[in-house]
Amino acid sequence: MDYGNTDPLSRQPLVVDSRSADRPGMQEQSIATASDVLVSIRGLSFRRGDRLIFDDLNLDIRRGSVTAVMGPSGSGKTTLLKLITGQIHPDAGHIEVDGEDVHRLDKAGLYRLRRRMGMLFQSGALLTDLTVFENVAYPLREHTDLPPSLLRKLVLLKLEAVGLRGARDLLPNELSGGMARRVALARAIALDPLMILYDEPFTGQDPISMGMLVALIRQLNDAAGLTSILVSHDVRETASIADDLYVIAEGRIIAHGTPAELAADRSAWVRQFMDGLPDGPMHFHYPAPPLEADFRTRGAR
Amino acid sequence: MGKQHRIEVMVGAFMVLGFLALFFLAMRVSNLSLDTNAEGYRLSARFANVGSLKVRSPVTMAGVRIGRIEEVRFDKTTYEAVVIVRIDAGIDTIPEDTFANVFTSGLLGEQYLGLEPGGSQEYLRDGDEIANTQSALVLEQMIGQFLFKKAGESG
Amino acid sequence: MRFDSLARLGRVGLGALERLGRAHLLLVSIVLGVGEILRRPGLLWAQIFNIGVLSLLIVGVSGLFVGMVLGLQGYYVLAQFGAEQSLGVMVATSLVRELGPVVTALLVAGRAGSALTAEIGLMKATEQLSGLEMMAVDPIRRILTPRFFGGVLAMPLLAAIFSAVGVMGGYFVGVGLLGVDDGAFWSQMQSKVDFEEDLINGVVKSLVFGVVVTWIALFQGYDSAPTAEGVSRSTTRSVVHAALVVLGVDFVLTALMFGD
Repeated sequence: MDYGNTDPLSRQPLVVDSRSADRPGMQEQSIATASDVLVSIRGLSFRRGDRLIFDDLNLDIRRGSVTAVMGPSGSGKTTLLKLITGQIHPDAGHIEVDGEDVHRLDKAGLYRLRRRMGMLFQSGALLTDLTVFENVAYPLREHTDLPPSLLRKLVLLKLEAVGLRGARDLLPNELSGGMARRVALARAIALDPLMILYDEPFTGQDPISMGMLVALIRQLNDAAGLTSILVSHDVRETASIADDLYVIAEGRIIAHGTPAELAADRSAWVRQFMDGLPDGPMHFHYPAPPLEADFRTRGAR
Repeated sequence: MGKQHRIEVMVGAFMVLGFLALFFLAMRVSNLSLDTNAEGYRLSARFANVGSLKVRSPVTMAGVRIGRIEEVRFDKTTYEAVVIVRIDAGIDTIPEDTFANVFTSGLLGEQYLGLEPGGSQEYLRDGDEIANTQSALVLEQMIGQFLFKKAGESG
Repeated sequence: MRFDSLARLGRVGLGALERLGRAHLLLVSIVLGVGEILRRPGLLWAQIFNIGVLSLLIVGVSGLFVGMVLGLQGYYVLAQFGAEQSLGVMVATSLVRELGPVVTALLVAGRAGSALTAEIGLMKATEQLSGLEMMAVDPIRRILTPRFFGGVLAMPLLAAIFSAVGVMGGYFVGVGLLGVDDGAFWSQMQSKVDFEEDLINGVVKSLVFGVVVTWIALFQGYDSAPTAEGVSRSTTRSVVHAALVVLGVDFVLTALMFGD
């Protein structure tokens, strides 16, 4: 059962921070500008079964920025969002959002915090039995006591912001994937949150709706003074709007910097991921014993 | 609002239907309607053996139900069974010398109390006791007596 | 390994215990959410509609046929002892005590329970539950609690309708077709079917079945793997488990209620 020797990943030296040593370290920087940091993750470890998803992860997200977390599929990007929003608990370490430790909050406190977070799910997660209008109105009806006329105006404004005011009477199953995501975005900003988390907003989108989403994310971030956390593996689109990029793999941050810094980074890991090379530190082959050894074994599958 | 209203109407109709069904079961199918009948008057009777006579077993006269058993208890001084009977209001002309029998309806049926009117001009009133009683027939006793008699005849 | 099969058995047992624990925790959270339906009764009406009104047809038709079959079968058996007069008693007791609550529970598990499981499972698979949570709305209170109480409230009413329609079906066959005396049919029934012993116990049974069926359906949906296969497996499990538990619980309840 022990493939330790043949595991190609364990032999690779990992480049940790793309910023060279003469630049100020991340840790130092975050202390210097603590009020500037909206989300701070310290010593985060999370395992699912035997698999270590995050190992002592440290990460900061500055207010007002679009921060992208990139990494290959299965590197736990979505898990990171779920940890930040308190949907799951870490095995070690803590996450602070706006000065509050997410996993120390009781349910009421967590729900209070979530009202200030919007999240855009991969599938949109619209309630299928409600119209577009009702979906966007849902969090407002839930958490506010607005008179119907004001509520209607607010919902129409949010829908206008994503360009779907005309689609307000459609049901989610009548929307295209891109439209559904834009409606979900309108719903996520309905309560004017502090930050929005985007889970793979670009996957499975045609170039046009992809372009729309890219532009929308940036516009919303700047116009409404939001902080955006973007999880994605679409390098080009993500790099075009992000202020700050983290690349994670193997449970660790392997690179951090602005898109320009990462583009100039020469480490093998970063190059393979950013340029989409088929082979590199991340191997084409899933870890396995040598082919001859597998051929010799009889009886097993 | 139209859809919500329709749902409410349907749910209302459903609940009315459900409670009607319950009401039907209670009043028409079960003995609730009879149970609540506290009218009429009570008589008592003593038996050496009541067999399987139970509370709510019928009390009949000439085969017509005129009341039911309200209570069956044991008298520890006389070693007898005391049966309290509630007779329906309106049946107020039961003679004093009426005979009370524990009968069985059919070979396998339930046991009930059958009253046979006597000839007295005096009528039983609330709280009176039926003096003339005939205990239940116990099948084993009958068979035993029969065998004993047969043995006596042949011996 | 030497104790492999034993270990496998142990693993199955532990897994079952763990699921049972999660199911109970879920039930507690669901019941604690009762305030939600007091604040928004509309949610409850919608679920009574989904579970009760939409099951009405199948429950009514099944009740009619079960009652008619009872009338037919009961007549042939009772006629052998010359006790056709007791047909009403037989039909009503079987329906009110057993068949009404049990068959209704099985029908609701198949008709509404499976739908509940699939609905919750799909909501989970399409991240609608997570979406609600991210909107700071508790999906258990908002989605599960109204469904649970809807099912618990609808079940006794459905069972009563089943029994009532069944008695009518038995009457139709016994009195209408086979010529049992009309008066005897009802009077015997009334004298032998006890309000507390039979009817109240039947209602208690169907309340318990309502809890069991909706609880299993909701748990299976909420606990399903968020994939198409996971949802389909949970839906099957929901019906199978509900049927088995209803029959098992029925035995226990019957032993408790009519045991003396």
